[in-house]
Amino acid sequence: MSTTETTAGPLLQFESVHAHYGPVEALKAVDVQISKGEIVSLIGANGAGKTTLLATIFGAPRTSSGRILHRGEDISTLPTNRISRRGIALVPEGRQIFQDMTVEENLMMGTTPIGMGHFEEDRAQMFDLFPRLKERRSQTAGTMSGGEQQMLAIARAMMARPELILFDEPSLGLAPLVVKRVFEVLAEIAAMGKTIFLVEQNANHALKLSQRAYVMVNGRIHLSGESAALLDNAEVRKAYLGLH
Amino acid sequence: MQNNRLASLLKEAVLTFVISLILFGPISGLVLDGFGFRNELGRSVTLAAIITAGRVLVSLAGMSEIGKRLRSRLTSSNSGVTVNTGQERSPLLPLAVLFLAGLALPFFADKYFLGIAILALIYCLLGLGLNIVVGLAGLLDLGFVAFYAVGAYLLALGYQYLGLGFWSALVIAPFLAGLFGMVLAFPVLKMHGDYLAIVTLGFGEIIRLVLNNWLEFTGGPNGAPVPAPTLFGLEFTRTAKQGGVPIHEFLGISYSGDYKFWFIYVVLFLVVCAVIYAVHRLRVMPLGRMWEALREDEIACRSLGVNHVFTKLSAFMLGASTGGIAGVFFAVHQGFVNPTSFTFFESALILAIVVLGGLGSTVGVVLAAIVLTILPELLRDFAEYRVLVFGILMVVMMIWKPRGLVRLTRPAFFPSSHSEAGIALRLEPQTEAGR
Repeated sequence: MSTTETTAGPLLQFESVHAHYGPVEALKAVDVQISKGEIVSLIGANGAGKTTLLATIFGAPRTSSGRILHRGEDISTLPTNRISRRGIALVPEGRQIFQDMTVEENLMMGTTPIGMGHFEEDRAQMFDLFPRLKERRSQTAGTMSGGEQQMLAIARAMMARPELILFDEPSLGLAPLVVKRVFEVLAEIAAMGKTIFLVEQNANHALKLSQRAYVMVNGRIHLSGESAALLDNAEVRKAYLGLH
Repeated sequence: MQNNRLASLLKEAVLTFVISLILFGPISGLVLDGFGFRNELGRSVTLAAIITAGRVLVSLAGMSEIGKRLRSRLTSSNSGVTVNTGQERSPLLPLAVLFLAGLALPFFADKYFLGIAILALIYCLLGLGLNIVVGLAGLLDLGFVAFYAVGAYLLALGYQYLGLGFWSALVIAPFLAGLFGMVLAFPVLKMHGDYLAIVTLGFGEIIRLVLNNWLEFTGGPNGAPVPAPTLFGLEFTRTAKQGGVPIHEFLGISYSGDYKFWFIYVVLFLVVCAVIYAVHRLRVMPLGRMWEALREDEIACRSLGVNHVFTKLSAFMLGASTGGIAGVFFAVHQGFVNPTSFTFFESALILAIVVLGGLGSTVGVVLAAIVLTILPELLRDFAEYRVLVFGILMVVMMIWKPRGLVRLTRPAFFPSSHSEAGIALRLEPQTEAGR
């Protein structure tokens, strides 16, 4: 894990990024900055382009114009597997764990970018963070509950010792109590010194957890600023928090 | 309750009777007689009655205590995957016994049985190869027979043009077939499921058609002869044909055509064991895990940094290599190859072996290969109904064992009892550090 990075400037930066799905423009001149150690959240309605924004980091879809800079280097043309080796991990939407593989095998898959060198140590750390996974270590992942699967997806991403973790809707389809637990875990992960970019529909939780936030509407960044300020913003309260 | 059962049984019986009457009515009830029909409906009613009686008997048997237990045992395996606990008894002893028994087989079997055993082992190899592609990596390949043909023709044509023998072909075949696997894999890297199946189907046919139509090079439908194998220059023919010494003269024993088959069997058996071991090792290595992960979820795999191009290519190439080796053995066993041995039916049969065996399960594939080669031989008594019975058995197997004969077992990496101790040990320094 690289703890001291000499490169100045943001860890990850979108520079007027455009992306298309066929003729449909999904991202329109998006500018986003994430600095090391921050928790940044991205909120917005269904179909606003939040997931697309995350997906362009991994090159699917590729950007049609603009640059994505990671530590000052453009990564928008790199192959997907090289990007994950730069210390960026994704916890995909809908969890996407390997259902027929055991919990431990899922964790092993997470080590792909860095190899099995630290496996024992990192697994012990993950089992501390998620005691349920330890209980279910040799169970096939598909037999676990939704919340447990989400925990596994997070643990799997952590196994690559990433510096920056992208979370795509980690609270999707989970019971309220489990959602609360997921956000507690996110806070714990941030306390370990990881940088977090969180895409969420659950604006309330996301804004309370993060330091800064972006609001996305129709493929554009509509609002941005301190999360605390956005929580008080009249428009955000009305559109995303259901308050008046 | 009793009434309810009786009623459902009656309903079932009537339904069976009606359906079989509809099915058999026109087929066996109407007989063409010159330009008219003769009515033989009584016959079809009898047939339908027999089938109905059979159905009722099966239902009654299913309701009895023994039947219930049998049924729950047969269907309980639907959940899919079992995970080793890591505390299973080591299978080393039974494996060693099996290995020795396999090696000793030629001393007990007659020529006919040995021939079937060789064929079963060839299908084992093919099944193991396709299992890597379909079972582990989840890439549906309907043209697997192409690599089988590449291996077989390598020996035949290599002998004809380059003077290659059995051993050199055995060494070259995996590389050549692997190369063909790569040629196929590159254009299909972005395809999934049905589309992939169609392209591979086309690839298999292309290879067969080229072999069939390139008369001057392959001999076309006339096929090509294959040399007999040699062992350190010793030949298995009555008189030396490849510049060596016939083995019976060398050993001072009388000639028998069986020696050749003994030799092929033993070499093939050792190769199959080696391939099984290799696949077993691969499954617990990162590459094997990546194949299985790719089968489950390609998107997740790519986000984890799995190089999907390399992973797919390696699966295709290793599968193809195994198919190529099987081809060499097939050619040397037959002593002759022609394109009719490499039709789509072969691909389908190999796929059936993999699916019936249980996708991904090595033991299952080996069992299914043996069952599917021996079954048609056992059914020889049924003469022309052989294929029909074969088909019915496959359908029944799939209904009872939809996940294949042998369920996939996941390897246990860390035996529970040991790892608990291990974790306790690892935690201690941490707690000390915490103070």
